[in-house]
Amino acid sequence: MNDRSLRGKVAVAGVGETTYYRHSQAPEPEFMLCLKAILAACGDAGIDPRDIDGFASYSDDRNTPMALSAALGTHDLRFANMQWGGGGGGVAGALANASAAIVSGLADCVVVYRALAQGQFGRFGQGAQFPAVPGEYALALSYGPMAPAQFFAPKVTRFMHEHDVGQGALRAIAMTSYHHAQANPRAVMYGKPLTEEKYDESRWIAEPFHLYDCCMENDGAAAIILVSAERARDLKQTPTFILGAAMGAAPRASGSPTTIFATPDYPSSYFKPVAKRLYAMAQVGPQDVDVVQCYENFTGGVLMSLVEHGFFEPEEAMDFLRLENLIAPTGKLPLNTSGGNLAECYMHGLGLQIEAVRQVRGQSTSQVPDVNISLAVGGPMSPPVSTILYGSEASL
Amino acid sequence: MSNSYLGLGSPASAAGATGEGVSAPGYYLPQGLPVPLTGPNDLYEPYWQGARNEKLIVQRNPATGVYQWPPQWIAHDTQSFDLDWVEVAPQGLIYSWTRVWHPVHPALKDVGPYIIVIVELPHAGGIRMLGNLLGDPLQTVVIGTEVDAIFEHHDDAAAPFTLVQWRTMG
Repeated sequence: MNDRSLRGKVAVAGVGETTYYRHSQAPEPEFMLCLKAILAACGDAGIDPRDIDGFASYSDDRNTPMALSAALGTHDLRFANMQWGGGGGGVAGALANASAAIVSGLADCVVVYRALAQGQFGRFGQGAQFPAVPGEYALALSYGPMAPAQFFAPKVTRFMHEHDVGQGALRAIAMTSYHHAQANPRAVMYGKPLTEEKYDESRWIAEPFHLYDCCMENDGAAAIILVSAERARDLKQTPTFILGAAMGAAPRASGSPTTIFATPDYPSSYFKPVAKRLYAMAQVGPQDVDVVQCYENFTGGVLMSLVEHGFFEPEEAMDFLRLENLIAPTGKLPLNTSGGNLAECYMHGLGLQIEAVRQVRGQSTSQVPDVNISLAVGGPMSPPVSTILYGSEASL
Repeated sequence: MSNSYLGLGSPASAAGATGEGVSAPGYYLPQGLPVPLTGPNDLYEPYWQGARNEKLIVQRNPATGVYQWPPQWIAHDTQSFDLDWVEVAPQGLIYSWTRVWHPVHPALKDVGPYIIVIVELPHAGGIRMLGNLLGDPLQTVVIGTEVDAIFEHHDDAAAPFTLVQWRTMG
């Protein structure tokens, strides 16, 4: 074992979030939301905001490290990083990049952040409003698929077809998020429970996705501060350590959501090689994972991601993906315990990362007992996809 | 093989004139959606020119016979810039699909569900293409069904173009 690893060398010092709003409802500009989330994380960590010396984000976040460092009065900017790729594919990748910067000595205290104010900047779920489109865009947009659900649906249909997975598996994933959101006052869908009947009767968006298979669109911001493991042990919070992280894609995965249909291994979340690297770095396997936060812009992505992280075979999906198996505290694999992108907030998955940290700290509103290993998955619709394992002191 | 097939039972024929999109006989979806933008020296030009002539033209590496789609500037298997464009039989198998019920484009506002199919071309190395499945938008779609291409000519567009659509065979 060489030392080219993140394992145990970096820890989460603090986490922060703004209030989560329905899309276009935030009373403040996006940059203000971003600053507030970072300040909340500093407060959680007990760190002077001016001591942050690195900024890392993903999905082309509009709030640049230069703007943030100027606003915050950063003493010494040492690291500024953007993970390529859209949506939430890069969320764990941004945390991996920040961790790598700390391990390599490029920076000491890095904040990973994401902020969204769609009223200010426009919606994700709207189609391309251009009269003419070039290249690969014309291979799709001229035929009607224009929004993420429409691009992604045939991939899930093919996976379900190959492995005989029924709609009930997707429904269980949606039910799980809504179930956990009822215990989480931060969740936008707090107080709005979902029943099987309500799911079944909800309208189709794009088959096989009902309304409740699709994430919300929200405004808000979230931030996670990373420091070295040694420094974290001297700070306010019980440290949550990075055990491993990995990112990547399937060979010749399409670079554009418009042409994902051309990817040779199409019915896949792209995690087959990535999860293998994750577990190798973390020196654990799927059987060691206590709780999972798995990115769900659409439920079908969770189905494929869980399979490719080794939790069950695709043919076992209908047995495994049942509400009783997926809910905290008693389920065998508690999933999306904050309500996730479907029911807490769609902050491109950074909320799920914070929830994974809360589970290690014992601070979740749907706490799983004695969590030592906590998985948080980003993707799988927008490669490169990424995934990360957090652990307690006892896990090291 | 062209637009005369279209119209009956397509979402566009049911759309009427209430939406922002313009319903035109012979088109599966209304006018107003983004149209292909191409021209000389564009990577995609041979494909769109082929479609104008009711031919399905795709890329193939002359050294290895490997097909690739969508087109690339370089062959993925040999990193050669020397690529052929070859005609392939305009047929295939339904590989996957979705029926879209919630449109997001103004031109589709009053259009009922429409079907998107991913079609695999086993005789061309298994490359895949995306189009609409013509006919009743509520039809049962079966993966593996044989389909053939219908060339949907948009001759009235400012820059005329042709979409490659699909219908079940038999």
